Formats: sequence, C-alpha cells, structure tokens
Amino acid sequence: MTGAGRIASFARNAAAFAAAAAAGYLLEATGIVNPYWIQIFQLACIMSISALGLNLIYGFTGLFSLGHAAFYGIGAYTAACVMKSAGGESQAVFLVSLAAGTAGAAAVALLVGLPVLRLTSDYLGIATLGFGIIMKVLFDNADSFLPMAGGARGMTGIAKMTNAAWCVASLWIVAVAVRNLVRSGFGRALVSIREDEIAAESVGIDTFLYKLAGFVAGCGLAGMAGGLYAHLYTFLHPGNFDFFKSVDVLVIVVLGGLGNISGTLVASFGWIFLLEVLRVVLPSEFIEFRWVLIPVLLIVTMLLRPQGLFGFREFRFFRDGTEG
Amino acid sequence: MEYFLQQFLNGLQTGFVYALIALGYTMVYGIVRLINFAHGDVFMVGAFLGLYAIEKFGLPLPAVFLLAVFGCALVAVAMERVAYRPLREAPRIASLITAIGMSLFLEYFTSLRQVFGPNYYSFPRPFPVTSWEAGGVSLTNIQVIIFAVTLCCLAILQFVVFRTRMGKAMRAVSYDHVTAGLMGVNVNMVISFTFGLGAALAGVGGVLYGIAYPQINTFMGVMPGLKAFTAAVLGGIGSIPGAVLGALIMGQSETLTAAYLSSTYRDGIAFVILIAVLLLRPTGILGVRRTEKV
Amino acid sequence: MEGPMKKLAAVAAAALLLAGCKPQASNEIRIGLITPLTGDVKTYGESVRNAFGIAVDEANRAGGVAGMKIVPIVEDDRNDPTEAANAATKLIKQDRVRAIVGSVTSKATIPVSDIAQGSKIPAITPSATNPKVTVADGKRKDFMFRACFIDPFQGRVMAKFARESLFKEKAAVLYDASNDYSRGIAEYFGDAFRSMGGKVVSYESYGKDDVDFSALLTKVKAASPDVIFLPDYYNKVGLIAKQAREKGIQTSLIGPDGWDSPDLVKIAGNAVEGGYFSNHYSPEDTRPEVVDWVKKYKEKFGQTPDALGTLAYDATNLLLEAIRKANSDDPARIRQALASIKGYKGVTGEAGMDDNGNAVKSAVILQIVNGRQKYLKVVNP
Repeated sequence: MTGAGRIASFARNAAAFAAAAAAGYLLEATGIVNPYWIQIFQLACIMSISALGLNLIYGFTGLFSLGHAAFYGIGAYTAACVMKSAGGESQAVFLVSLAAGTAGAAAVALLVGLPVLRLTSDYLGIATLGFGIIMKVLFDNADSFLPMAGGARGMTGIAKMTNAAWCVASLWIVAVAVRNLVRSGFGRALVSIREDEIAAESVGIDTFLYKLAGFVAGCGLAGMAGGLYAHLYTFLHPGNFDFFKSVDVLVIVVLGGLGNISGTLVASFGWIFLLEVLRVVLPSEFIEFRWVLIPVLLIVTMLLRPQGLFGFREFRFFRDGTEG
Repeated sequence: MEYFLQQFLNGLQTGFVYALIALGYTMVYGIVRLINFAHGDVFMVGAFLGLYAIEKFGLPLPAVFLLAVFGCALVAVAMERVAYRPLREAPRIASLITAIGMSLFLEYFTSLRQVFGPNYYSFPRPFPVTSWEAGGVSLTNIQVIIFAVTLCCLAILQFVVFRTRMGKAMRAVSYDHVTAGLMGVNVNMVISFTFGLGAALAGVGGVLYGIAYPQINTFMGVMPGLKAFTAAVLGGIGSIPGAVLGALIMGQSETLTAAYLSSTYRDGIAFVILIAVLLLRPTGILGVRRTEKV
Repeated sequence: MEGPMKKLAAVAAAALLLAGCKPQASNEIRIGLITPLTGDVKTYGESVRNAFGIAVDEANRAGGVAGMKIVPIVEDDRNDPTEAANAATKLIKQDRVRAIVGSVTSKATIPVSDIAQGSKIPAITPSATNPKVTVADGKRKDFMFRACFIDPFQGRVMAKFARESLFKEKAAVLYDASNDYSRGIAEYFGDAFRSMGGKVVSYESYGKDDVDFSALLTKVKAASPDVIFLPDYYNKVGLIAKQAREKGIQTSLIGPDGWDSPDLVKIAGNAVEGGYFSNHYSPEDTRPEVVDWVKKYKEKFGQTPDALGTLAYDATNLLLEAIRKANSDDPARIRQALASIKGYKGVTGEAGMDDNGNAVKSAVILQIVNGRQKYLKVVNP
C-alpha cells in the first residue's frame, strides 16, 4: 500500500468510526432506541473487545487460556480505583483510567506469562485457570489491603462514564488494531507459532517472546474491556470475574471461529443479545428455562458448525490482503 | 502432633473423594484427549440418585451404590454419544465447548422443579455416625467407609485396566486409536466403556460425598469437579496412579492451608501449588512427556 | 454490507422493533419483580416469586390498588450483578414499570438500586441486608428501600444476647469470606461482642463452595470457646453444625436470620438442638397476620413459608400500601408515600421506614427445641 493510500484508508476508517460513534451518541441522547437495548449493545461491544483479546491469545497464537476473566477483572478494578481516587467525572481522567486498566492487566499478564507460558496446550489452560481462581480469592479479600475495592461486598460508587460512543470508539480502534496486527509480520509470526511451534522456531522466530507479546496484548484488551465494564455498570463484584466468565469468553471465541475477527464480533453480539432476547421472548412463567435453552443452543451450534460460525471467512474489512 | 494427625485424616477424607472424580477425568482425557467439563455434574447426578435410592426406594447401601453407578454410567454414555462422538474428528476445542454446554445443561436442567429441584437437599445417613478415639485423634466410621470403598474401587479399576481384554483395548486406544481400530478393536465401544467406567466411579464418589457432607444441590458438582480435574493434572493427566496422588495432595493442601493459615486462602494455595508443580514438571508429577516429532 | 452483516442488521432491527414500548392502559400499573430464578440460589428466588404472586393476586382480587389493576412482570437475575442490572434496565425502560420489588441478595440488589435511583423509580428489596444498598459513599439513594433490618443491627442483637442473656465470655465466629451477608454480620457481631467485654477467641472464614469444615473445626475446638456464632444460610449452618458435633464440639451455637428454614433441622438433625437465632418473625407466632399468611402459603404451595418469602410478601404489600396512599401511579409520589410509611402491620411485625430507607422493626429470638423453632423474645431496635 502506498503512503497516500494508507492515509486515505486511515481517513476513511476515521470518518466511518466518527460517524458510527456520533450515531451511537445521538441514538442514546435522543432516546430513539430504548436505553435498555443501548445498554445491552454497550455490553456486547465490551464483550467483543475482551473476546478479541482472547482470540489474539488463543485463536491467533494458539495459547489455551482459561483465565481471561481474571485480567478483565484486574482492568476493571484498576480503572475503577484510578477514576475513584481522582474523583469527579472528567472524560480525560476516564481515558487515563482506561489506559491504566489496560496497562495494569498487561503488566500482570507479563509477570504471569513469564513463567507460565513455558507450559503448552492443556497444561497452560490449567495454569491460567489456576491463576483465575487465585485472582478471585484476591478480589474476594481485596478489602483487607485496598479498602476502596470492597472485597466480597463489592465495589460501589463508581462513576458512570461509559456510553455508546466510548464503546463504539473503543471497539473500532481495537478491531482495526487487531486486524492490522495480525496482518503484520508480527501477526504472521504468531500464527506460525499456532500452526507449528517447532517449525516457527526453526526459521528463527523467538517463539517465547512472541507468545509473551501476544499474551500480554490480549490480556491488555481484556483489561480495557474491564475498565469500560466498571464504568458502565458502576458496581464491581468478584463474582463477575470468576472461572465461568472466562468460560463465557472462550465459548464466544470458539463459536465465532478461532483466528476469525468477524466471527468473534458476531458471536459476542449474538451471545449477549441472545441472553436478553430470550428474556423478552419467554413469558414470565417460563423465564427459568432461559438457562436450559442456552446450553442446548450452544451444543447444537457446535455440532452443526464445529469450525465456528464463520470458519475461515471474514468480512471484507477484516480480510487479509494476501488472500485476494 | 495430634492436631496435625487429625488434620491429616481430614485431608485424607477430602482427597479420597477427589480421587474418585479425578479418575474419570484422567481416563477420559487419556483416551480421547478431552477435558470433560460435565464430569463434575455426573458426580452430582450420582449423589441425587443415591438420595432417591435411600429416601424414596429405601434400598440397602450396596444397592444404592449400584444404582448410582449404573445411572451415572448411562448418563455419561448418552452424553458421549450425543455431544462428543460426532465431533471426534473436529478440532479438539469443539468437543470442549460441547462439554461446557453439557455441564451447564445438566446444572440448570436438573435444578428445575420438575427434575431434581433447586433446594439444598439433606442426604439421609444410611447408618448412625460413630467415632473412635485414640491418642486424641478421632476417626469416624464415615471416614473408614470412604477409605474402604475408594480403595476397593481402585483395586477393581486396576484389575479392569490391566487384567481384562477391555482394559487392554482401552490402553491400545489411548495409545493410538487409529492403529487400535485397524487391529480390530471396536474403538467406539471402548470409548463408550471408558466414559461409563469413569462416570461409575464418579457415581460412587457422589454417594460417598452425600454421606460425608449430608447436603446436596444441583450445583454441588462444579467446585469438586474443578478441583478433581486440577488434581488429575497435578498428578499427570492420563495417569491413573497420578490422579490418585494428585487428589491426595490436593486434599492435604486444602486441609492444611485451612488448618495452619486461613480457609479463605485454601483455593488460592491449592492452585499456587499446582502452578509451581507444573513449572517444575510440565506434565504433572507422574505424567509422561510425549516428545513431539518434527 | 455483505450477507452475514446484513442478516445481523436485520436481526438487530427486529429486536429493536420488538422492543417498542407498549402503551400502558391508564387503569393498570406495572410492577416488576427481580429475583434469582436460575442458578445456585434459585430456591430463594422461587420463595420470593411465590410470595410476590400471592400479594399481587390478593390486591387484584380486591379490585386493584388506587383503582388500578396490577400487572406483574417477573425477571430472573441468576444472582449475577450484570444480569440484575440488565433486568432492572429492561423493566424500567422497556416494560415501563412504575416500581420494582427486588432483588434478593445484596450483590444483585446494589446494581438494581443504582439503576432505580438513576431512573427515579422506587424499588424495595425484601432481603438485601448490606447497608450499601440504600446508602453508598454517604449518599442516600432515596428511591431505594428495604423491608428487612440491616446487618449491623442483627450482629449487635446476637452479641448482646450472647453476652447479657447467655453470659458467654469466649466466642468463636465462623463465616463465609466470599459472602457479603455472612462477612458483614460476622464483623458487626465481633465488634459488638468485644465492646461488651467478651473475647473472640477464634475468628475463622471459609469459602462459598466449602463443604468440609473439619480443618476449621479442629482449630476451633483447640480454642475452646463457650459459644459459636455461625452467620450464614441454613444449608451451610446445617453442615457446620453437624460436623462440629461429630468432632465432639458441644458448645452452644447461635446465628442470624439465615438459619430460618424448616430444612435446617432436616440437614443438621439434633446438631442445632438448643441453638438460638435472630429472625424477622416466627411461623409459630399467633398474631392473626402470621397465622393467616402461613395458611395462605401452605394452601397454595404446600409448605411453610420461609423468612425470604415472608419478607417478600411484606415488601410487596408495603409497596402496594404506598401506591394506595399516593393514589397515583407516579413513581415520585409512590416513593414519597413509601418513605413516610409508619406503623405498617406486616407479617414480620410493625414496620416503618427510617431516613435511610431501612424498615424499622423488631427482631425476634428463636430457640430450636425438639426440632422446632420456639419463640423466645422480642428485641426492639
């Protein structure tokens, strides 16, 4: 791509994103779309960001992680604590708190990844699962070393900063960044590790460094999503970041198709909206069947599309130039 | 010292129950490389079958175990047929996701009023509790039963795996299921049998658990399942003695953490040990490293 | 836009259309209920739904409130804060309810309280006891109320009872560190007990999914307390009590309202015999309100109502009473009426609202005698 082309493409992207964010903001501010669905839409955006992070870790780099929610939680608590310590409701501080959440999760991922990423396949999965459970224990007892975090009683009084525009903007930036990352030489190195680690090593790729970088980046995205979550729901409880939440994200990434950006986005939105549409569609007396239907749908989908909803197809926007 | 011995006995009790669940994980993993997340819920079904056998049908203890064993085996075999077999040639992760789906389904479906129901149900003790004291350490008949039944199960398992044709077929399939198939082993049947056998042990575990901690509900399988699975990994997944060793370590680490530190951190410490062991021995304590061919 | 994207957009559009607000007829009023109908506390959620249903049916059979028929809308929160927040937003923004009953646990109710406050819709929880439900960071959420007393009160009541009525000196406290209810009451009890000259010789915690307490109990036994405080729900208390007796600990056991369930004795057998606990009401009480309620619930659902169900019945009736007094479906006026309720005669006793939206009412202390709850005395706030 030429320099001019690059700039034109960047401008197009920026314009499209600005339009989408403005539309989101207008819909929310004017109340044309019911705020309930806007809230769900925002949750879906947040879930997409977190799932893109896991897709980077598992889908592209092939690192089986069962502790994604822990990083989501670290981001959420870090961002909330930064915002709360600063006080007020300034957008600039919010941006800083999101950055802090991202950085916090990435930093912990670096510390954890250094020893743990030497493990492979399912053993790595178990080690990250273990890390997730250790973090849950820490969140539960956070009040004993950080009273603000509330521990098992939950953290309250977080400013409501996240709105549709923030969510759309963040998701857009993340999606474009992930797309560009996996198209770059760096991304190809990650994919080569997923496909065959020994072969990758033999052509001179420092696999450990790349794995670590992929892991840290993916966990950073989880942290960013956590920061947005904290300021959307304004209440954090350790129960939001337990093992099952890690499983939710894993399910989304696999449903969408490993290493497939479009699939992850569609599966995130599908999963979050499915939960709520069932709430609206099921009559009150059958509401408890919601969580009986969901696993059935999950199993059936997986049996029909074991390679994920999208397999290897991508929306044009995310398609790799080399595939023509 | 008495305090330590007492706590050690407590830990042994927990460890033995974990062992019965961990064996199912490790056998299934050994044969199809699947983390069967729904295994903890099969354990739950075992406990409920035990409850019905005692309370509704008034069966004697051996019959209670038999009902749980066959009930669980049936559930697991059906589960394998519906959710895992069609995906055997698909990427491994696909069957992991259906396993998660199965787990959620069993939990939420059985908690409906029309099935087992959502309450905490008290598990009837089929016999009164007695305890013996020696040197300040007390041992209950429940502990004795747990130890005895678990050891019995282990002996039977050892016999099945190493002394029967089916066991030989299981080992062959776990080593290489394509070749085993070519040698005339009915691979599908062997895999079904393995699921059934693992589930049968979980069924026994469910009843023992009910007797030891007499209160059950449909979400009771989640945590023990996770811990038992961790124990299986700790010992070296795919290895039967490894699963037992891992479970005993897990039981002791939990109990001793609660005894000497704080119970709040027991899960945390158990997993710190797990991670530490994996870093030193990446395939678990008794796991075999499979070298990758280039 | 490509195929899949188009389909997605179509689905989204359909969902939004579906979401179109239905008009509310002027002679009806919508009331939402948020309660955990799936997940591990489904059993509490069902009691609450049953009780809510009875209260609404009664009011409708009597011609509605303030001339309006009540249309109940029930939502499930799976005892998950995110789902509770979504359920509350749905009820308020989509179904346009005028008031909410719920949710049941504190962790699900705090998000509901924030959303109700933000949308100026009155909400009343039957049973969330965390002080932060109605007051957060020193700010009163003036649309949020509760029909129960809060943790500090209950902790103090039992500490006082243990010190001054049972004359105990050394207490052991065992609590669930991941459960805010358990943890809160444990702290308040410990503080109060110490300030009354007692000693807390053992203060131990466990996790939500623990079932084996032998390690803890062995520790407690070594500290030789003369009373053990177990602030948790009946299912855990039953397990702990039973294992304590098996460990040869004969110390008397006391606890909070979480003990209240006919299942406690089923699970614990005679292990809790002689134990004392504080509660909102006693099903053995002979007041007409109680007798009538227990009879109604038994007729419809075949069992004795538990404390959660009973509180939900009172919470719903408090809300209906407020609508009646406000004589309007305007949320602000309903809120005002609810805040000014005094001396309402509910099943769980005479209640009024204090400035923080907490029901002011007396606690009762019950003793378990021969496997039945025996009414002992009333403790006033």
